[in-house]
Amino acid sequence: MLKKIEAIIREDKLSDVKDALHEIGIVGLNVFEIRGHGRQGGITLAGRSGTYQVDMLTKIQVNIILSEHNLDETIDAILKSAYTGESGDGLIFVSPIEEVIRIRTGERGHEAVMYPGDIDERKSRGVTKSSES
Amino acid sequence: MGNAINSGDTAWVLVSCALVLMMTPGLAFFYGGMVRRKNVLSTLTLSFVFMALIGVQWVLFGYSLAFGDSIGGFIGGLNYLGFSGVGAAPNPNYAKTIPQGLFAAFQMMFAVITPALITGAFVERVRFKSFLIFSVIWATVVYDPLCHWVWGKGGWLGAMGALDFAGGTVVHIAAGFSALAFALAIGPRKGFGKNPIEPHNIPLTILGAGLLWVGWFGFNAGSALAANGVAVNALLTTNTSAASAGLVWMVLSWLDGRPSPLGLVTGMVVGLAAVTPASGFVTPMAAMVIGAVAAPLSYYGIRFRDKRQLDESLDVWACHGLASTWGMIATGLFATTEVNAAGANGLFYGHPGQLGIQLLAIVATMAFTFGVTFLVAKLLDLSIGLRVTTMEEEVGLDISGHGERAYS
Repeated sequence: MLKKIEAIIREDKLSDVKDALHEIGIVGLNVFEIRGHGRQGGITLAGRSGTYQVDMLTKIQVNIILSEHNLDETIDAILKSAYTGESGDGLIFVSPIEEVIRIRTGERGHEAVMYPGDIDERKSRGVTKSSES
Repeated sequence: MGNAINSGDTAWVLVSCALVLMMTPGLAFFYGGMVRRKNVLSTLTLSFVFMALIGVQWVLFGYSLAFGDSIGGFIGGLNYLGFSGVGAAPNPNYAKTIPQGLFAAFQMMFAVITPALITGAFVERVRFKSFLIFSVIWATVVYDPLCHWVWGKGGWLGAMGALDFAGGTVVHIAAGFSALAFALAIGPRKGFGKNPIEPHNIPLTILGAGLLWVGWFGFNAGSALAANGVAVNALLTTNTSAASAGLVWMVLSWLDGRPSPLGLVTGMVVGLAAVTPASGFVTPMAAMVIGAVAAPLSYYGIRFRDKRQLDESLDVWACHGLASTWGMIATGLFATTEVNAAGANGLFYGHPGQLGIQLLAIVATMAFTFGVTFLVAKLLDLSIGLRVTTMEEEVGLDISGHGERAYS
């Protein structure tokens, strides 16, 4: 079963999240620069004369397609690396994916989202985080 | 006559002419950064096109209407039509030591940038064709006569003794109050007051402000029309006012939150606009006061304009109109013949009458430029329409009006 994670995170947390994902062996991801707001509402910017409110903030959306058995570990890594405790930390959405097809090889499903040295290969080799790095 | 030409003076005014020309691209970028990305090319074009439009108008008849033989003190005659007789020989009415052709070229650069200043009022919604028609009419029936009143030989304000060294009335009050009139005629941008309209590229604006400051040395110090002590004084006062206004603006902005970079450069430009009429008549210390007072005036002018829900989009009125109104008043206070023997003394140097003359010049300029601009803009609005359609405005003027986009 394949899943999609859409994680909306702070702009300045992208490298932390990327590093954390890399560390557990998540290799493939897409990053979007998005604009929007949630509970945080907006921010105040300095203008020409006094300040003004902006309600559309720049956020980063990280999309990851992965096998269900890796889901919890990945969510955990994002939760830890994207956290500041202030409002505006973001949200994680998880949804099912019908099918994935790798264009180069025609592989489908789980095979299509596997990469050399990724989270599954590490597990099969019994590689732990610490011994890898 | 040819013998009277001074090569030092001529060289300096040639350089100044180039510096003032550079201010129009500078202004284009100053404005271009403050609009949304879908309108940046349109905004740049609104300024740039004047280098072409006035570059032709001025040679054909603009110069003659401004500096030709006076008709009753109100407008120049047609004796310099097509620059006839405007060449290597000096015109002793204006500058005895440089060719008249150079004086005419230097003045052309002022005629180019003044209407470009007004465009800040109506960016992001003006119909290009209507704007072009407006601009030719404005240059001809507002700028050229006003320029004659103040700087033309026999012009009524100049003859009365009004002091305006480099264009407080002719350029900045005229642009500021015309901008106000045009903004009232065209109405606000769609969504104005509901959603914040954010500047899309403040670095462009900062770059533009830098070019403006450099160019302003030509604008003010070049207005001495000679390489002499008055030119040097004008350069010092120009720099000092820009500096003090920039500092004060930064502090005001800081007290309201953070020291805004957009605020800092706006303050600098306000200081430059304020000192323009005074630059060749006052001391550097007076210029420091001029800049320091201009900053809060324009800062809270923007706030006032915003509270009134008036979409004079890039604050030409607050930044140029108000600042230079104060600059004209300050000239009536701080002017001293110790700086410029050809000038006059102001109130603080024992000549209160000068202040009255300055006030008259201010009121006449405001009334004339606001009135005629409002009338012309309204007539155009009722006939061919000043605005683009709502759809065109939403798409953005770069694509809908010019068929190009700035960032692909």
